[in-house]
Order: sequence, then structure tokens, then C-alpha cells
Amino acid sequence: MKTFALAGNPNSGKTTLFNALTGATAHVGNWPGVTVDKREGVYKKGSEPVDIIDLPGIYSLSPYTPEEVISRNYILDEHPDGIINIVDATNLERNLYLTTQLLEMDVPVIVALNMMDEVDKSGEKIDVSVLEKALGVSVVPVSALKGKGVKELMERAIEMPSERKGKTVYGGFESKLDRLKEFYESENFSSPLFHAVKLLENDELELERRGALNARETALATKSVSDKNAESAATADPVDYEAEIADARYKFIAAELSPARTHRRPKNALSKSDKIDKVMTHRVWAIPIFLVIMFAIFHLTFSENLLFLNGFTESQAWMPTLVDLGLSTDLGGGNQEYHNFGVEILAIFYDGAVFSPGVILTNILNLILDSISGGIVGAMESGGAAEWAVGLVGDGILGGIFAVLGFLPQILVLFLFFSILEDSGYMARIAFVLDRIFRRFGVSGRAFMPMIMGFGCSVPAAINTRTLADEKERTATIRVIPFFSCGAKLPILTAVAGGIVMAFGIGNADVITFLMYLLGICAAIVCILLMRNTSLKGETPPFIMELPAYHSPRFKNLMIHLWDKTKHFVKKAFTIIFASTLIVWLFSHISWDWKFLPDEEMQNSIIASLGKLIQPLFTPLGFGSQLGQFGWVFAVAAITGLIAKENVIATFTTLAICIGAYVGEGTEEGIEELFKLIVTIQADTGISSAEFTAALISFIAFNMTTIPCFAACATAKAELPKGKFKWTVLFWLATSYIIGTMVYTIGAWIWPLAIWVAVIAAVTTLIVLRNTGKFDVAKIFKRKNKADKGGTK
Amino acid sequence: MEEKKLSELLPNEEGDVVRVAGEGKLRRRLFDMGITPGAHIVMRKKAPFGDPIEVTVRGYELTLRKDEAACVFLGQ
Repeated sequence: MKTFALAGNPNSGKTTLFNALTGATAHVGNWPGVTVDKREGVYKKGSEPVDIIDLPGIYSLSPYTPEEVISRNYILDEHPDGIINIVDATNLERNLYLTTQLLEMDVPVIVALNMMDEVDKSGEKIDVSVLEKALGVSVVPVSALKGKGVKELMERAIEMPSERKGKTVYGGFESKLDRLKEFYESENFSSPLFHAVKLLENDELELERRGALNARETALATKSVSDKNAESAATADPVDYEAEIADARYKFIAAELSPARTHRRPKNALSKSDKIDKVMTHRVWAIPIFLVIMFAIFHLTFSENLLFLNGFTESQAWMPTLVDLGLSTDLGGGNQEYHNFGVEILAIFYDGAVFSPGVILTNILNLILDSISGGIVGAMESGGAAEWAVGLVGDGILGGIFAVLGFLPQILVLFLFFSILEDSGYMARIAFVLDRIFRRFGVSGRAFMPMIMGFGCSVPAAINTRTLADEKERTATIRVIPFFSCGAKLPILTAVAGGIVMAFGIGNADVITFLMYLLGICAAIVCILLMRNTSLKGETPPFIMELPAYHSPRFKNLMIHLWDKTKHFVKKAFTIIFASTLIVWLFSHISWDWKFLPDEEMQNSIIASLGKLIQPLFTPLGFGSQLGQFGWVFAVAAITGLIAKENVIATFTTLAICIGAYVGEGTEEGIEELFKLIVTIQADTGISSAEFTAALISFIAFNMTTIPCFAACATAKAELPKGKFKWTVLFWLATSYIIGTMVYTIGAWIWPLAIWVAVIAAVTTLIVLRNTGKFDVAKIFKRKNKADKGGTK
Repeated sequence: MEEKKLSELLPNEEGDVVRVAGEGKLRRRLFDMGITPGAHIVMRKKAPFGDPIEVTVRGYELTLRKDEAACVFLGQ
């Protein structure tokens, strides 16, 4: 089977063409060693099936972004049967720049001239035959969106001769290039011309090759024999070939384009896109518009009170709940029994308020999942299966998988909205507007999107970091994403804050919640600053980015995109997340002598004794040994929170019943249980209210900033560069531990604030001094060692 | 001919690139995006916080920071 690689600029319609060619056969993999998607599919509509590889969108074949290196190495090393170079006809000049580089490789090339319909609409004309003559390869006009010309493109691609020698389309460097070509030919390289051009351009990857630097100098020196100052010419090259060649490429394009293209758009006429842009990036309105859009997205994904139809506050609420309507019975603790199936369906959309699309989809999925697991568990029970088996299947296996799958609808809805922003071209403008602010912290404006997505869910947020070109910036961003408290962490906040308010009568749950969100954001900013100045030091990545014209998002593309994500996530849910969930469940339901324990006896489980074992570790954070015999509950809740942050409160409710602090069914919100738990522990240990409050807030802070759920961990591992994941886990642990300790000590006694301020000041000074070169850690240690030795003598 | 930095241009001013300073990655990236000697650049606007800027070059919209734009020298 023939293999063709699809290459082109970002935003040239490459993905659309790929989808049009391969349809449902496409699958996503990863390029070896890097985390850039590799999409592969089969074109079946032609005379013979053809394998299509979708290369990442690139502007050039310079080795400066991972995408460019991947594309370059793929073409050079994997020897595809041909390259389909997709070119955006509405932006010929820059698109053909890549074409001139592809043509230098020893590989057959066919140009797909995309978006010709748009060019026609604008009154322009592009003469395809003139382009063909200039480039020396076939040029086929297509409309990837409408599927026009695709068939002809593939027919001509399959008919292409299997060999083509690379050539430069511009002149002026022949003698030097020939000499460098000889070098590569003698070393048996394929595509010697491509390598020769890159070497002349002082390309990093080429200069690393053995003998390459020498060959370059010889080739350049040969020319300068006639030069009066040959020696200096050889060492300090007077001709800037990098600029010369880039210039020659564009000159060639400009020269060839003017005869091919007629009827340019008058220079100063505003297109529709320009008009939209005037509003969206307006000096005053840009930020408010952006905030409204962000709010709308989160509202449509997570709100249980759509469009505030039920009023803005509790007191304004006027819509009756299903219980009020007599359609269901309140079983207490947030559980209710619906009177018939119709009501159950209604409850998907409405219960005391109209739900947002994200919540509705979640409810639908959960209804299906619940009836599946209910059916299986029911069948097992009536079939006489042992209690442990029912528990294992129902809670351990199905409960675990379904808990993770339950996130899927909201993740997808959130992802859909952000894909629309990306596809429409607005995302690039947000980066443009916000870059100024984010640069202060050492990241570019693009880092903003993944961060704000973190408030919804860390999983799509981590995936979204792919838009960041700089690897260090990406790593730093992925690490702080969990600090932007996700939807699943909100119940921890409301329950613990609610418990605090009930038990001690201090503060206001809303204020505590808000302050905790703020704490997370501050932690993220501080950590980014810290990382960008120490372990992930580097220049703020350059921000040179195309602002694509606005266009309406393409439904089909969005759907294919979402389907990819779904497959990815479901696969993860059934493998790594499933395994981890199962292990935690087993440990919490088995005692050391391998006996199965029902939920009510969790205090005797392996995990409970592990909890007691690690309980002292949390003493500096306030929820360790000082909480006495019941304090381990907090340690266990933190561990089960690793599966899904929802588990933290679920564990509290279960364990509160186990240790007899709470009598009853258990509520979903968990505020009552936490209140009872707090009262029980306080009666047991006599801890002061102030200290306990600080400990509880420290518990929230710890959970917000520690290792995220398994789903987020799995995604982070996939997105981070190799070997960085274990450090990231360590980073999360250390950060949450320090923040927890800070919150507790300052909250309980205030005076430790002075120590913390001093420590922070000292660390900052040290980092600044080190980075400005005034302080050398290695030197200090050396001196200290010497002093020690002197002392012992 | 008087040289002017791209970062000093006011909205709707324009000019042709005379030379590109800077080094390594940054310079390469500017070339790849079409900012080469001879290219015609129109300054479009500044972001709400004054930086980065948006320009039209080779028929498309490009955004870059003032720091980066300061490497691009234009002649009027």
C-alpha cells in the first residue's frame, strides 16, 4: 500500500482534508518520543487504498519546534511515497514558503490548492498552470470543506512517478550548494540537497553532524579565495545565508505569484474578519467580552440553574422541586425516589431549577450507567452471589469505572466550547489580548486557556497545553493546572466549609470557598514564577503567532475532534484509572487477615491502618496526630481522593458512620457528617476551635493543590515530556504539604506568619542573587566543606 | 534612508523590512513567518495592554511582542 504524508501550514485546512480523505478510518497515535498526535487513516475511494499520514501543522522545516522536527524526520527517514502539500489559496505567499522547502527533498510532491472557492468569491483568480510551471509539480485546486477536487487530487497523487530529485526553485547559491551536496552524497544521505540548504542556513541539526561544520567552512572558503581577507572570511562569515535564503524563497514566490494571481483585494478594504476583530480586540471591550464568553461557557457546562431562570440567590428561587410537585419522595440525605420512569426522565432536565446542557448530559449518562450497574448488582444478588463479590463488582469495578466515565459529558461539553473558540480563531486573539499579563510570570498568553479550563476539569486542560510551543512553559503549565480548582473539588470546599460554619459558627461558607479558589490561583502564580526562575528556567518563549481570519467553526471537524478525545479518555478509564481504582477499593474493603469488610467496617481495613500509619505525617498540616484516635479519617479521605476528588466527601460520610460519629443514612453534601465528625473529634481531643478550623482549612488547601485524580494524572503523564512525570508528582506533594502547613500554622497561631515571611524573603533573595550571578551555590558548599575540614584538623 | 524599528510604528503606518537583528530561534522564526528583508509590513494595532502588536505581512495577520518587533528594522 502506498503511503502519502499530508503537510501544510496550521490553519490551511489540513485536518479538514485529512478527514475528507480518510473518513472514519482515522486513528490517533503518538509520535515516538514526543507527545504530538500522529493521525493515520486510509483513503479507500481511489483505484487502490492509500495510507495517509497527517503531519503536524508547520510553517517551515527549521528544527525549532517539536512539530517541525517530527515532520522533517518523518519525510527524511520514513520515505513516504509522496507528500500532499496542502496550500491555503487565500494566503499563498506564506504557505508556498513551506512548499519551497519540501521541494528540496528527494520525494514526489503534489500541491493541493485549498480554499479556491473562497478565492473565487473574493474576485481573485489564481492561474494553476502558471503555479505548476513555476513549482515543477502538479497543483490541484480543491475545497477540503466541500470535498471538491479531492478525488482528482488523489488520482494524480497515485499516478505520480515514484522518484523525484529535490530542487531549489530560487537561484544564486548553486556553487556552494553543489559543494555541500557532494559532502552529503559522500556520506550517503538521501535528500542531499535539502541537507545542503539547511547546512548553508546554519541549521542546528545539520551542524551537529560529524564533519558538517568543516564542509561548510570549506565550501564558503572556496568562494572567498578571491577575497582579499580570506582568513577572516572563513571564520566570521560575512554573508548571512539564513536571511539570504529566506529572502530568496520569498522573492521567488512573489515573482511567480504576480503572473499567477490577478485582482488583489484593495489593500485597505476591511474584510468581515477585520470588522469582527475590531470589536473582539477592542481596547476597552476586549476584556469584558472575554469575561462574558468565559462565564457563558462555564455556566452552560456546569450550572444547575440555567440562565438564572430560578433567580440569582436562594431567596429569589421560585421553581418547585420534584418533591414539592409530589412527583418524588424525599428519602433524606439528598436521595429521592422518583415515582415513575417519566419523572426520572424529567429529573434529568429539571429539579427545582432548569439544568445546563452539561449537567443534562451528565444526568443522562449517569441514569444509563446506574441502571447498568443496578441491573448487574441486582442479578448477582438474586443469583445468590457472596456479599464481597457484589461489593467488588458493584462498588469496586463498576463504581470505579463509572465514577470516571461520569466526568465525560462535562469534559466533552467544555472541550466542545473551547474547540469552537479555537476553530473560530478567537483563541488566538485571547492569547493576543492577555499575553502582556502572563508574560510577567514567564509564560505566554496562550497558557491562559489551559489554566482557566482547569476550573472545569484538569483533563481537557492538560490536553489543551499542546498549543504551547515551548516545552518548559508547557511543563510548568501542566503542573499548576490542578491548582485551578476543578468542578469535582467544589464538594470538598462546600462540605468542609459548611462543617466549619456549623461547628464553630465562624465565617461564611461562601467566603471560605471563594478565598480557597483565590489561594489556588495565588499558588499557581507563585509556583510558575518559582519554576520559571529555577528548575524550568528559560527565556519567556517568543510570541510570534499567526492570527487566523475568523470563520464559523466546522461542525464535522468538531465532532471528529470530540470523538478522538472520547476514545482516548474511555481507553484510559478502562486501563490505568480502572486498575488504580480497584486497588484502592480492595485495600479499603479487606482487612490484614484477608477478610472482606462491608462499607460499615472500613475502620478495620488495610487502608484504615495505612491511614493511621501515615496520620503523623499530617501533623504539621494540622490533621495528623493532634486529631487523636479518629484523625486517620482525614488521611484516608485524602488517599481515596486520588481516584476522584468526589471520593473525599464520600469517604467522610462512610467513615463518619463507621466510627459512630454520625447516625443515619448519610447525605450527599456531607455537611452534616462533617459537622458531627468535627464535634466528635473535638470532644475526644479537646483541640481548640481556632486550631481545628485552621486544620480543616489546611485540609481543603492540601486537597486542592495535591496530586489530582487518577484521570488527570494519566493525562498529565501523557502530555508531559518523558521523565518529567515523577518530578511533577513530587512537586504536587511538596507544594500541597507546604501550603497546608502554612495555612495551619498561620491560621492557628498567627505568629508563624513572621517565620514564613522570613523564609519566603530568604528564598526569593537567594533565587534572585543566584540568577543574577551574585551567588553561586556550588561555591558556597565548597567553601563550607573546606571550613569543616579545617575544623576537624 | 532612515531606519525605524517595527516596534516604534503607530497603527496604520507601514514600511519595508531593511534588516532583521536578533539571533537564533527568534530570528529564524521571524524569517519563517515571512518577515524577511524586502517584506512590506503594515502596523495594524496594539493589544489592549499596549503589547503585543498586530501587523499585516505577506497578506496575513501576525502578532508579535514589542521586544521581538524591536529586532525588525524598516525603511520608509
